[in-house]
Amino acid sequence: MTGISTQALFGQLLIGLINGSFYALLSLGLAVIFGLLNIINFTHGAQYMMGAFCAYFLLTKLGLGYWWSLLLVPIVVGAIGMLIERCMLKPLYKLDHLYGLLLTFGLALIIQGLFRHEYGSSGLPYPIPSQLEGGQNLGFMFLPNYRAWVIVASLAVCLATWFVIERTKLGSYLRAATENPALVQAFGINVPRMITLTYGFGVALAGFGGVMAAPIYQVNPLMGADLIIVVFAVVVIGGMGSIMGSIVTGFGLGVIEGLTKVFYPEASNTVIFIVMAIVLLIKPAGLFGTQR
Amino acid sequence: MAAQGTVGEKAKTAGFAHQRVAFAVMVAVLVVAPFVVYPVFLMKALCFALFACAFNLLIGFGGLLSFGHAMFLGTAGYACAHAAKVWGFPPEGAILFGTAAAALLGVVTGLLAIRRQGIYFAMITLALAQMMFFFYVQTPFSGGEDGIQSVPRGTLLGFIDLSNPLAMYFFVLVVFLAGFLLIYRVIHSPFGQVLKAIRENEPRAISLGYRADQYKLLAFVISATLAGLAGATKALVFQLASLTDVHWTMSGEVVLMTLLGGLGTVFGPVVGAFVIVTMENYLTELGQWVTVTQGAIFVACVLAFRRGVIGELGHWLKKPL
Repeated sequence: MTGISTQALFGQLLIGLINGSFYALLSLGLAVIFGLLNIINFTHGAQYMMGAFCAYFLLTKLGLGYWWSLLLVPIVVGAIGMLIERCMLKPLYKLDHLYGLLLTFGLALIIQGLFRHEYGSSGLPYPIPSQLEGGQNLGFMFLPNYRAWVIVASLAVCLATWFVIERTKLGSYLRAATENPALVQAFGINVPRMITLTYGFGVALAGFGGVMAAPIYQVNPLMGADLIIVVFAVVVIGGMGSIMGSIVTGFGLGVIEGLTKVFYPEASNTVIFIVMAIVLLIKPAGLFGTQR
Repeated sequence: MAAQGTVGEKAKTAGFAHQRVAFAVMVAVLVVAPFVVYPVFLMKALCFALFACAFNLLIGFGGLLSFGHAMFLGTAGYACAHAAKVWGFPPEGAILFGTAAAALLGVVTGLLAIRRQGIYFAMITLALAQMMFFFYVQTPFSGGEDGIQSVPRGTLLGFIDLSNPLAMYFFVLVVFLAGFLLIYRVIHSPFGQVLKAIRENEPRAISLGYRADQYKLLAFVISATLAGLAGATKALVFQLASLTDVHWTMSGEVVLMTLLGGLGTVFGPVVGAFVIVTMENYLTELGQWVTVTQGAIFVACVLAFRRGVIGELGHWLKKPL
């Protein structure tokens, strides 16, 4: 390991954890949606981008800052998501699940095309909130406060989601509906409404991720387009069977990607896909998944 | 495979006569077309038509949605362009080399992708294609953002000068028709029937003794190879191999062409490719509206128009086209 400074190592490790936070947030949303709707939400990347733009609009048009955005944006993006679910996805549940993928892909093209038409492909700046400016000198590296916040906040949101789904009564309804929607409906639970709310929640996670990303990456119409493909690979690696699985895989792959940047930078773009290929060879159902 | 008896054979010839008529009409139109329409535009459409037909073999008859078919189009394009420009291969040699490269990539990616089904299959192919995209961004031989430019078209078989647009057009037409007929033959062969059986009910096909994975892999490789043939030909037509052809948007475009024309129809992908290429041709000045229109067509097709243009026509005529 000679020739690699600890500074570079920890710096990339931090970037890896940041990327991992977004992988975890997005793959968690995809997993929650897939569990109940059996649809892979291709619009997820576009909805993450909408989250960032929404925060930008709130700041520039209404003067509402980062903390308000963190609260409001997931609600707005989630509500738009629920509208999409009610109007477009609902008629597709009886059909082959691939149609859901095609529809959401088309929606992603529309949304990204419209934003690019309006805002071009160069990024718009979004300031770091004043409370989180600056950083800590840890001796071996400099840790910017905002980056630490992103990691802590997304980890907290991921774990809270896990807790709600795996440990509460509401979550048990959700898991039951994933297993057998007809039976749950017969017990008097409004499953269609639950589906809509679940889709809204998954999308809200993407919107939340978008707000968190706005100060780090610039607000850009294509910020979600390439990210979503990496997140798909993360989902294939983790398997969509478990909530905790997607959180662990998300953070883990972010770190692996960061370390690759230190030791073999040429492969940093492709390492996640290579891991995916290896996992497919050894455990086709994914690390935490069950074959279905 | 016993269903291919003599009785079935006779019923088939009668039942598919209209497809022969449709084929004759298509050939007649394509032979006359270059004298009316700009040949380069037609060649582009024909390359995409072959690409879409190859893609349709997989989704329409195997039920496998590949979201990464651009990697075969682009890989063959790069291999063909490199062989023609750097190694000085004749056009037929360069195209064969490009096609072989796509076939090889098809074997490797196919072995990985068929380990999962449905939505996972789509995500895996997309991810593998993105990996190939990054590979071409970084590798020196592909020329990065510039791609491989001014690829020589050369002289076909040593005596047909392909720099003549009409000669090039009829060469592309022959390549397209050969690919189209091969796909037609595959669809209507016992192999194609087993493929459809696997699409409809994989466990049942397995319990009947068919090795589903081998059938799926072979279908994937044939599809990849023909997509490669389209990509290699396209590289010679435009004398260019670039990153556009390996980007995920290209994979999405071929899905769109096939969906619009009609999934699982014989002529649908050709019609879909011509419609989309024409649309892009006329809307180029409008920039991002092309993407928005494509997305809108996706949404409209999925919500209201799942049979596609040719599928609807066939449904109306009560004959599969």
